[in-house]
Amino acid sequence: MRREIYADHAATTAPAPEVVEAMLPYLGEGFGNASSVHRRGEAAREAVEAARAGVAALVGASPEEIVFTASGSESNNLALKGALPGAPEGRRRLVVSAIEHPSVLETARHLEDRGVPVTIVPVERSGVVDPERLKGALGPDVALVSVMWVNNEVGTIQSIAEIAELAHAAGARLHCDAVQAVGKLPVDVGEAGVDLLSLAGHKFQGPPGAGALYVRRRVRLVPLVHGGHQERSRRAGTENLAAIVGLGAAAERARARLASGATEALAALGERLRAGLTRRIPASRLNGDPERRLRTIVNLCFTGVDGEAVLHELDLQGITVSTGSACSAASPGPSHVLIAMGLRPEEAHASVRFSLGEGIGEDDIDTILTVTPPVVERLRALGGRESPEAAGAGDGATVGSPATRGPAVGHQRTRGARRGELS
Amino acid sequence: MRDRFRERSSGPRETHLIYFDHNASTPVRPEAAEAIRDALAELHANPSSMHREGQRARAAIERARDQVAGLVGARPDEIVFTSGGTEGDHMGLIGAALALDPRGRRVAISAVEHHAVHGAADLLSRLGFEVEHVLVGPDGAVAPASLDALPEDTTVLSVMLANNETGVIQPVTELARRARAKGIRVHCDAVQAAGKIPIDFEGLGVDYLVISAHKLGGPKGVGALVVRRGAPFEPLFRGSAHERGRRGGTENLPGIVGLGEAAEHAARELARENPRLLELRGRLERGIRAALPDVVYHGETSPRLPNTLNLSVPGARSDHLLMALDARGVAASAGAACASGAVEPSPVLTAMGIPRAVAICALRLSMGRTTTPAEVDAVVAALADGARAARGAGAAPAALS
Repeated sequence: MRREIYADHAATTAPAPEVVEAMLPYLGEGFGNASSVHRRGEAAREAVEAARAGVAALVGASPEEIVFTASGSESNNLALKGALPGAPEGRRRLVVSAIEHPSVLETARHLEDRGVPVTIVPVERSGVVDPERLKGALGPDVALVSVMWVNNEVGTIQSIAEIAELAHAAGARLHCDAVQAVGKLPVDVGEAGVDLLSLAGHKFQGPPGAGALYVRRRVRLVPLVHGGHQERSRRAGTENLAAIVGLGAAAERARARLASGATEALAALGERLRAGLTRRIPASRLNGDPERRLRTIVNLCFTGVDGEAVLHELDLQGITVSTGSACSAASPGPSHVLIAMGLRPEEAHASVRFSLGEGIGEDDIDTILTVTPPVVERLRALGGRESPEAAGAGDGATVGSPATRGPAVGHQRTRGARRGELS
Repeated sequence: MRDRFRERSSGPRETHLIYFDHNASTPVRPEAAEAIRDALAELHANPSSMHREGQRARAAIERARDQVAGLVGARPDEIVFTSGGTEGDHMGLIGAALALDPRGRRVAISAVEHHAVHGAADLLSRLGFEVEHVLVGPDGAVAPASLDALPEDTTVLSVMLANNETGVIQPVTELARRARAKGIRVHCDAVQAAGKIPIDFEGLGVDYLVISAHKLGGPKGVGALVVRRGAPFEPLFRGSAHERGRRGGTENLPGIVGLGEAAEHAARELARENPRLLELRGRLERGIRAALPDVVYHGETSPRLPNTLNLSVPGARSDHLLMALDARGVAASAGAACASGAVEPSPVLTAMGIPRAVAICALRLSMGRTTTPAEVDAVVAALADGARAARGAGAAPAALS
């Protein structure tokens, strides 16, 4: 049987066998409500606290600074909506970068609708938030700055420590969405100087259904979900025991992998993929920063094709990739990240994200390097029937011509159908 | 040292534990556990992804949505998956109140709502909303006529289907009818009712209904909010188009699949389990009454969940009684698990007008799918014996501190 290659690790990762193993006892017998006083409850509470210690250790925090949530999106919502009301008098403004995850940007827009002043800081073509530009957006009325550690679509890494310094110099708090960074890069909340930091287990071989928000001591947080003393009254609700245990196991594991250099080996594979694809496919280029990037995220623009068509073609050949992020797969427009980086809509639509993770080996990279170029070439040729000058032109000069979007039409319909179904 | 180690590791007492705290959390059904394991092992993709693996994950979620819709008599597109009952109560009550904000800034909740609803109401009052408390009678039920007094600008009423402490079932159909007549939307916390009594979302006539998986044989960390088609709603968590834009966040796939299986099996077993538990509770009530003639059963005159018995043995304080039962291998609860640690009488019992001296002796015994007649008899014996010890502890409190 043909080997399926999963190259969509930025969307989600498979829970590691030892993570599943750690969860199993809590799916059957260990069912005590962690807030009950009797013995099963005590065992459940011990398990939750062990997981909290594991997560804290992974990001250099103290256990009591970790609040468990149900997802990275919830952590981001909680950070923004929870920290703003706690800011000192006169500080109400929220500053976010233009390439944040929808759970940050949509929350910011919602807060803006409700009267919170919001500033969106643009990014450079590489996806980097220029600290100087950020500095210009700061002022005595800023309560909170939110900038992500690693972008989920293009992998650009921000200078979080520098941004934290600027935010603090202006008297503001810094929230960092580190969902794509934790477990893949060394993340230390103390060194980085962040006040709040979001993470999600399913991005580093933990299960879906458990995330966390780091809340630095003495940072006031107004809960989003209230009405129980769980999580020190910062997030009410019966703890998702099995998933939290799984998140703890994934955190322990990620710490060991970071120490062993396993993550660097994956980064090297990412480099090989980027170099190989851009060399073998004419008129292709990397979206994002070649240097300051999580190397396992390789987002490429294949000029003149529809990214979604590439996705489906590769999918049929057993290679799972994505266009942009899974979270925005249902939205009809081009990626807000790529547009913010200055790409034209047609360039954004021509982009594909390969994201590597555990289980990917050298031979898988070989396969992707063999299979992808002819797929792109074929799709370009299909487009070329309608617009000959566009086919694999190599200079991308005609990318904008509507005719070159020929093969994309069918997939646009798919996109439309999804929009109907999901929105 | 060695003995301590042995007790910790092999836990011989653990194996004989009689679990009478199913309202706090009930064991995961084997079918649900299996579905979760399969999902953890096989459904790795993000359900929002467009590739085939993503679509396979999506299909599993939609199947679970159908299963949950079947349990509560709703349409699949009315089901929004959540991380549990507390989140569901927040999403429903706050989501409705914010969406109806232009019409009024007043919500009403019954006096016996779960902490989660009280918490959501607290957050609303911080946002400038007024919160009305609708009283209950000594039977634990809201009198439908009491809704007539609600001010005109009330937009949402929150009333639970069955109380978590007493098991008292509210006349929700009638309450919803009266509320609707006044233009008030109804949010219903059905966390304790789901899987224990039949639920018909359509027939109840409520607009929002909340269930939680771990109360019906599913895993913790997942639940559902049912939002009637067309009902006003503002999401609590923003993000992408997950759950039709009603709840941002990557779906908890194993949890959702577990909830679906649990819902389907609970629905199927309801007709058999309901009378079986009712019979077991009768046995429990008769047994305790025979051993402790002064026992008081709370909410006795109302329709109640078949698995729940809330009682007071006068003179045996809840915390002492719980410890005495624990020492005898019985896990139970004083009122609600979420209030454990507190020595105050339960607000639910207080709202029913139960005197403080009786309320601080309240004990909740809640049974489930795994409960047997032999366990009922063992609990009766443990309680008869434990109540004596607890009364002794109460008489000499210094010995305990």
